[in-house]
Amino acid sequence: MTSTERTISVVVNGVPREATVPVRRLLSDVLRHDLGLTGTHVGCEHGVCGACTVLLDGQPTRSCLVLGVQADGHRVTTVEGLSRSDHQGGQVLHPVQEAFRECHALQCGFCTPGFLTTIAAGLDTRDATQPITDAEVDELVGGNLCRCTGYANIRKACRHAAEAMRAATGAEVATSAPGEEAAT
Amino acid sequence: MTTKYFGEPVRRREDARLVVGKGRYLDDIGADAYAAAFVRSPHAHARVVDVDVGPALDVEGLLAVYTYEDLTGPMAEPLPVLIPHPQLTHARTGYPLVKDVTRHVGEPIVMVVATDRYVAEDAAEKIAVTYEELPVVVGVDAAEAARVLVHDDVPGNIAARHHQETGDVEAALAASRHTLSFTQYVERSASMPMEGKGVHARWDDADSSLRVYSSTQASTSVRAAIAAKLQLSLEKVEVIAPDVGGGFGVKIVHPWPEELLVPMAARLLGHPVKWVEDRREHFVSSAHERQQRQEITVGYDDDGRITALDVLVWHDNGAYTPYGIIVPINTATQLLGPYDIPVYRAQVFSVYTNTVVVTPYRGAGRPQGCFAMERTMDRIAQERGLDRAEVRLRNLIQPDQFPYDWGLTFQDGRPLVYDSGNYPAMMAKLMALVDWAGFPARRAEAEARGRLLGIGMAPYVEGTGPGPYEGAHVQVLGSGKVLVSTGLTSQGQGHETVFAQLVASELGVPMEDVEVTTGDTRRFGYAVGTFASRAAVVSGNAVALAARGVREKALRIAADVLEVDASDLEIADGVVGVKGTPGATIPLRTVAVLSNPLRYAFDEAARQATQFAGTSDDSKPPVSPGDAPGLEHTDYYSPIRSTFASGAHAAVVEIDPATWEIEVVQYAVVHDCGTVVNPMIVEGQVHGGVAQGVGGALYERMAYDRDGQLLNASFMDFLMPYASEVPPVDIDHQSTPSPLNALGIKGAGEAGVIPGSAAIASAIEDAVGRRIAAMPISPSELYDLVRSPSAERVINSSPHETGAMA
Repeated sequence: MTSTERTISVVVNGVPREATVPVRRLLSDVLRHDLGLTGTHVGCEHGVCGACTVLLDGQPTRSCLVLGVQADGHRVTTVEGLSRSDHQGGQVLHPVQEAFRECHALQCGFCTPGFLTTIAAGLDTRDATQPITDAEVDELVGGNLCRCTGYANIRKACRHAAEAMRAATGAEVATSAPGEEAAT
Repeated sequence: MTTKYFGEPVRRREDARLVVGKGRYLDDIGADAYAAAFVRSPHAHARVVDVDVGPALDVEGLLAVYTYEDLTGPMAEPLPVLIPHPQLTHARTGYPLVKDVTRHVGEPIVMVVATDRYVAEDAAEKIAVTYEELPVVVGVDAAEAARVLVHDDVPGNIAARHHQETGDVEAALAASRHTLSFTQYVERSASMPMEGKGVHARWDDADSSLRVYSSTQASTSVRAAIAAKLQLSLEKVEVIAPDVGGGFGVKIVHPWPEELLVPMAARLLGHPVKWVEDRREHFVSSAHERQQRQEITVGYDDDGRITALDVLVWHDNGAYTPYGIIVPINTATQLLGPYDIPVYRAQVFSVYTNTVVVTPYRGAGRPQGCFAMERTMDRIAQERGLDRAEVRLRNLIQPDQFPYDWGLTFQDGRPLVYDSGNYPAMMAKLMALVDWAGFPARRAEAEARGRLLGIGMAPYVEGTGPGPYEGAHVQVLGSGKVLVSTGLTSQGQGHETVFAQLVASELGVPMEDVEVTTGDTRRFGYAVGTFASRAAVVSGNAVALAARGVREKALRIAADVLEVDASDLEIADGVVGVKGTPGATIPLRTVAVLSNPLRYAFDEAARQATQFAGTSDDSKPPVSPGDAPGLEHTDYYSPIRSTFASGAHAAVVEIDPATWEIEVVQYAVVHDCGTVVNPMIVEGQVHGGVAQGVGGALYERMAYDRDGQLLNASFMDFLMPYASEVPPVDIDHQSTPSPLNALGIKGAGEAGVIPGSAAIASAIEDAVGRRIAAMPISPSELYDLVRSPSAERVINSSPHETGAMA
């Protein structure tokens, strides 16, 4: 370790990880190149596109605007950590991951991890028993750039995921997700 | 019964890996690679006097520095002119690294290779380049004035004079009852995929071979270019397009300098080297598109029917012409749209400027063409006091006029002949979808709220699926798995899904048994590339033909085994059986095993095909003359000419007269791409195209200053639409199959973007009553326009007034 390097400890997707990294290295690069988690994508390196969004202690964060050393002692969730094991060798996708597949909410898939982490964080922290409003959807999808989809199906996936999570709470489920007709 | 796949909204198979972060994009490959970074020109036009790499040599971790002086053989020659054309008389291309003169900000001058990208940028920063600045040309007007030349040996800055006509336009204009002439501008935007370009190269010294990964739309041609430039035999070069994070045209150009330099360095250093473009590099060194000045003269009769159309286009091709004049040819030929125009002339001057090269961005010259034609229609309507829809309806090509031969040459070098379409039905659907007739009431309602509401429409015809060809290989393995490969690449269009649908349908196998590989020259070496909405048309038909070849062979082998006539057999759910007769069946995987007579039983299935298994007919050789082992087939589809998809868009804009903010509140699309393989994917393409159309109309603009500096080379300053800027899109479909290919497919990839600027300009003009003659337009520009005393006033006739005034 040189004088410009530090060893950091970060809990990444629930697993304690250590890495010795130059102090100037971006969190996005630490995740991708030091920890091998290439699901986090870098689209602009100046915090605008949101492709690199990860959850830092649960909060959506542009990993291209955070240094790796700033994550020392914190929890990071990347797109790889949104799904969980089914304890039978498979994976259970987060409802928003399922919804993105169901609704054709991705094309090239490069911006997708940033949308997924952002929307997942939003859906996981809202009152899942309540139907999602258009304003909530606008808020969840409004900060990330996508060049392929035109966003219609991302909005739709966001609603679908919220509805699936609402159904899982046992709340009465609407026959169609709110606002659905506008996105068909 | 085999599940129906063709025409169904089958979920994409790509997504399983992409939603869990398991995609494999360029920068996900080769964690151990050295990193390249570039010193790029800060000047738009300058002589490179000296490059002092000395200060960089102390940087720990620096491995190599390359300038033009280090290039040898073909690498020291100019980059190829990819699409030569007889009228491109003054084609010019740059060098992989600048030789003597740089002609736009961002041209690569020095390549640095180091242990990682941070170190490479440290070293690049220390390299001192001395420049002698030269005068600069920015914009088509300055290029035309030619007070400064971009290339000393190109008079007037004119790369190409392109000219096509269908008759004596001057005589036709002279004979026209009315004429009008006007000039308008379209500004630059760019493809701007979320993933920039990138190259990873690995040299295998023992094998003297090179494997290159590139975020490209044309891996087979990148391969050929690398082999030529690095003087390697073709079979020693493999090029693979991994998952590609969007292309939209910019990645069809090749070889980009980095696609040659990175492999060169990997070979020289004997170690993998990678370069991943950052966003600023993408802005200043990857291609842009769209800037044109259009001078239009149109002749028409009392009823608003066009009698002659004469268009002069000044097209800004940037500093070089690596992609020839494809973009302005598209403008010149595709601006005709769905209209029956008796006499037409297009003249294009493609001119050099000291800016980034101009090559196709989704639509590739068509949005500008549509803008020219549709603004012309609006002017005729205004001049004649007719409803804008009515003028368009009167000029449409009618369904009984197909094939409609323009007597012009399209961008594929083939005759411009519209294959099929139903434009009146399409327009009727659009007017119903957007409630064209009911608009005046909506305008009145908006006015009551203090808002200006306007509506505009723009139909288009898009030549799609040009040749020369695409091919595909389909192979059934003894496991029952079906491998499909095509050299054509993917950048998010869902080819893995669509081609699997086609093969599953043609072959009669479950879709989950089908695996598709695209853009990997190890698997398929012959291809052209993904552009011009051609994948479904050209590769789709090739894939279907290859699957049919496999089916035919499978039935022949199964017929021998089952001792029936092949014509009595069918394949369903991966099992060959006699039509309508239960019982006698043979799984396709067994047919695959039997298709390859064996000596060695490497697994249980293979035993059935070995020489003592008793499955071989002693009276014939194990492989008949003219036959081949294996249940596989390679086939190609080469279209006679392009197919012509069509569509019509309408936009409703609402403008706040306090802020002049422009909001697209309704966007309606009618779309006809012939037979649809996967409607979910086609709608996704339309949605994405519309978003780029809205961006091009209202937000995106490459802001060059007079010195050729790109002032907005970041996502902070170059405004691409977020979700908040994209309106909901109402889509209605029409399907007029193409008679030119067996599947009836026309392309869909670019359609959504083409009429955006035309429809939105029309709607804004309708809302504010001022002529819109340049796009994009911002709220501040609109504010200035409305306040300007010289702004031309415009009045559109409402639909219900048309009858009275016509």
